[in-house]
Amino acid sequence: MKTVRVRYFAILREQRGLEEEKVATMASTAAELYEELRILHGFTLSAGRLRVAVNDEFGSWGAAVRDGDALVFLPPVAGG
Amino acid sequence: MSFRLTAAPIDPSVQMEALRDVRTGACVTFEGRVRDQNGGRAVRALEYEAYGPLAESEGDRILAEALGRFQVTQAVCAHRTGSLALGDIAVWVAVTAGHRAAAFDACRFIIDEVKARVPIWKKEHYSDGSSEWINCATGTAKG
Repeated sequence: MKTVRVRYFAILREQRGLEEEKVATMASTAAELYEELRILHGFTLSAGRLRVAVNDEFGSWGAAVRDGDALVFLPPVAGG
Repeated sequence: MSFRLTAAPIDPSVQMEALRDVRTGACVTFEGRVRDQNGGRAVRALEYEAYGPLAESEGDRILAEALGRFQVTQAVCAHRTGSLALGDIAVWVAVTAGHRAAAFDACRFIIDEVKARVPIWKKEHYSDGSSEWINCATGTAKG
């Protein structure tokens, strides 16, 4: 079991009802963690629509999640 | 070179001061403003939310790419966060160069890449009272 920090933005923040939380998880990858959270909180966006950031840099869905990591699941962007 | 997020209104005349340079014969700017409709729906206001650290690092990467790809002298971009009214400037890009062609090309490259890559999200509020995060619909994609 490891503990990670997850920050939420935009539609995910609204669907989760908070901006940030610590999550205890057995997930070994970012993809597994998002799937856990999506089912738990009813997120409407599938992982295929998102990107992931780890420790303030773009990351990959298959990279190992380590204890203490800060993850952000990025909804489709819409700047400009 | 800098990409900046700001919760305060963007004032191009202030931003331009940093770009004065007698070596540059061209300055191209782009101003993205809040429009009163999108996809046939009447827009009343909107808000931008950004993932600060990654938005600024990715924005700076885009500006650095523009400096590498085009013969330009300086490139800057500012993007709003928070609540905006119709007509407000949402994003501002400026590029200086020796000659106009590179300045136009770089300015277009920067705004296109910013829209596609920088983690900023837009929520539109419509005149009928509804609201929506753009590009996040689970049925049909909107933009």
